[in-house]
Amino acid sequence: MEPLKKHTGLVYPLNRSHVDTDQIIPKQFLKRISRQGFGQYLFYNWRFDEKDHPREDFSLNDPKYKGTSILVGGENFGCGSSREHAPWALEDYGFRIIIAPSFADIFYNNCTKNGILPVVLTEEEVQTLMTHAEKGDYHITVDLEKKQVFDHTGFTATFDLAEYPRQMLLNGWDDISVTMTHEDKITTFEKNHIVY
Amino acid sequence: MTTPKTIVEKIWDKNVVYEEEGRPAILYIDLHLVHEVTSPQAFEGLRLKGRKVRQPNRTFATMDHNVPTVHTNVIKDEISKLQMDTLRKNCEEFGVPLAGMGHEHQGIVHVIGPELGLTQPGKTIVCGDSHTSTHGAFGALAFGIGTSEVEHVLATQTVWQQKPKTLKVEINGTLGTGVTAKDLVLALIAKYGVNFGTGYVLEYTGEAVRSLSMEGRMTICNMSIEAGARAGLVAPDETTVNFLKDRLYAPKGVDFEKAKDMWLSLRSDEGANYDKVVTLNASEVEPQVTWGTNPAQCISVNGTIPNPERAKTENDKNEIKHALSYMGLDPDIKIIDVPIQHVFIGSCTNSRIEDLEQAASVIHGRKVSKDVTAIVVPGSQTVKRIAEEKGLDKLFIDAGFQWREPGCSMCLAMNGDAVPPHERCASTSNRNFEGRQGTDARTHLVSPEMAAAAAIAGHFVDVRSF
Ligand code: SF4
Repeated sequence: MEPLKKHTGLVYPLNRSHVDTDQIIPKQFLKRISRQGFGQYLFYNWRFDEKDHPREDFSLNDPKYKGTSILVGGENFGCGSSREHAPWALEDYGFRIIIAPSFADIFYNNCTKNGILPVVLTEEEVQTLMTHAEKGDYHITVDLEKKQVFDHTGFTATFDLAEYPRQMLLNGWDDISVTMTHEDKITTFEKNHIVY
Repeated sequence: MTTPKTIVEKIWDKNVVYEEEGRPAILYIDLHLVHEVTSPQAFEGLRLKGRKVRQPNRTFATMDHNVPTVHTNVIKDEISKLQMDTLRKNCEEFGVPLAGMGHEHQGIVHVIGPELGLTQPGKTIVCGDSHTSTHGAFGALAFGIGTSEVEHVLATQTVWQQKPKTLKVEINGTLGTGVTAKDLVLALIAKYGVNFGTGYVLEYTGEAVRSLSMEGRMTICNMSIEAGARAGLVAPDETTVNFLKDRLYAPKGVDFEKAKDMWLSLRSDEGANYDKVVTLNASEVEPQVTWGTNPAQCISVNGTIPNPERAKTENDKNEIKHALSYMGLDPDIKIIDVPIQHVFIGSCTNSRIEDLEQAASVIHGRKVSKDVTAIVVPGSQTVKRIAEEKGLDKLFIDAGFQWREPGCSMCLAMNGDAVPPHERCASTSNRNFEGRQGTDARTHLVSPEMAAAAAIAGHFVDVRSF
């Protein structure tokens, strides 16, 4: 994972509640064998019509959000099936930060495991960001060391994140590299462990 | 005196590599089973980071979910083919043993682990598949994991785990003739609901469990996940030891004797503490049939379909209504009056040699009803071979059943074997969820005997008087 200490990016507002993982990545794309390349299928049924043409009325297709890396969404973001393809798709599309008033549990964990920072802010704070972002060309900065979100207009907000996932994101560690810091213990264990 | 421990605690203590207060522990994995659907991204992850498989000899792969059960040399679905080719390449590259298509040991991952003797008492076993709970029948701690965890186990041979809570399921009494382990576990889930096991490891105990064969124990442990539990197990005994003797990967000679002593010592101590206890009387269990869209929506074969108007709560009422509408059933009718069009005998719940023998035993020279398409899908190449040695294939084929190649098949309809929309299937699998056996397909879970009898009658029948 890329370390994530401080990130500034263009904000994309997705003003919907209960965005579930089936909407983030519809199930017809789960049979793929790669973990990369899911970005093109992100929000597929919203972004494309039955003939696979982009839908003009879906905001992510609006050129003014091209290059976005911060998604601001509604409550209970990421509910539904536990598929890891959802964060894979968001990350591959270019999102590094998701901000919402609340997240579904498994999705939240899956994000931190896959290099995406989920940020919980209050309803009002989210609404403020949403309003700014809807006008387009709105950039904010998320500082994971200080656990702060701010913009150039004077908006600031703080957020919380458990120490373990925070360290993982800050250092760009994945679960495996953390476990491998205990490799000596695994090796010793293997020497003394009897299996028939 | 040391504190009495449950078998789960004993296995846990034996396999914890590292533990810190208030955090999950690093648990060592003795056996990692791999199949084609949940592994490709995990191997790709290793490749991207330049990592290796830490213990290829504790890893074993097979192909099951996508494999065709007819004309095995042609795979029509390009994506299925790609998943299988990818697994083959990954296993070659990372040195993982593979029983792929065409291999004499290929089969459903939860059938081949035990039959090859890879599954053993006291082991920690994982697989990217929820029905890994099956292996608990041997007194192993076995549970399903996600794709990131598959990658983690490949790289480190460990998982991060919270120490599980334990739930004792005490099943006393004796099963009646024609009543099987499948009926037992369905009755248990019907009694306590689809999530009584959530957050626990189930330990099945009691005389009814002790007198079950290994196949029967696997059927019960398999469906632990349908009760919400990630794992279920049975303490090893002579039945377990006898099953494992002379299996390909089981220890041999002196090692077997040593292993046997260790295995037989693995049981919950007198006075060990469980977080929860539930009970069931096996003598009262009758052959079961599910009528709805979750495994707890289940009645005895002589029962009638519930009426939503008599439901206790508004929520129950809506659930029943919804299930009945999906299943195309009317309330208050007898389940034996419901005609079926398909029969599936197979899946990791009921596709072992004993299951096929039991199914074949109800045929008695009779024929499958002309209105029914019935398929028998052995759980593995080994099961298929033994069944053919015993002449079971001939019994089935003469009666009008189709005799197929091993795989998951119609259990989840990923390989093209599917129940057509709105048609009804008596199935020996484990999930009667909406769409599981095909879009709008209607699944009724039953035992192998009940499935075979329904195939002949064209509707459900009480196998005890058939
Ligand atoms: S038989 Fe069914 S439940 Fe068992 S592993 Fe295959 S798909 Fe899963």
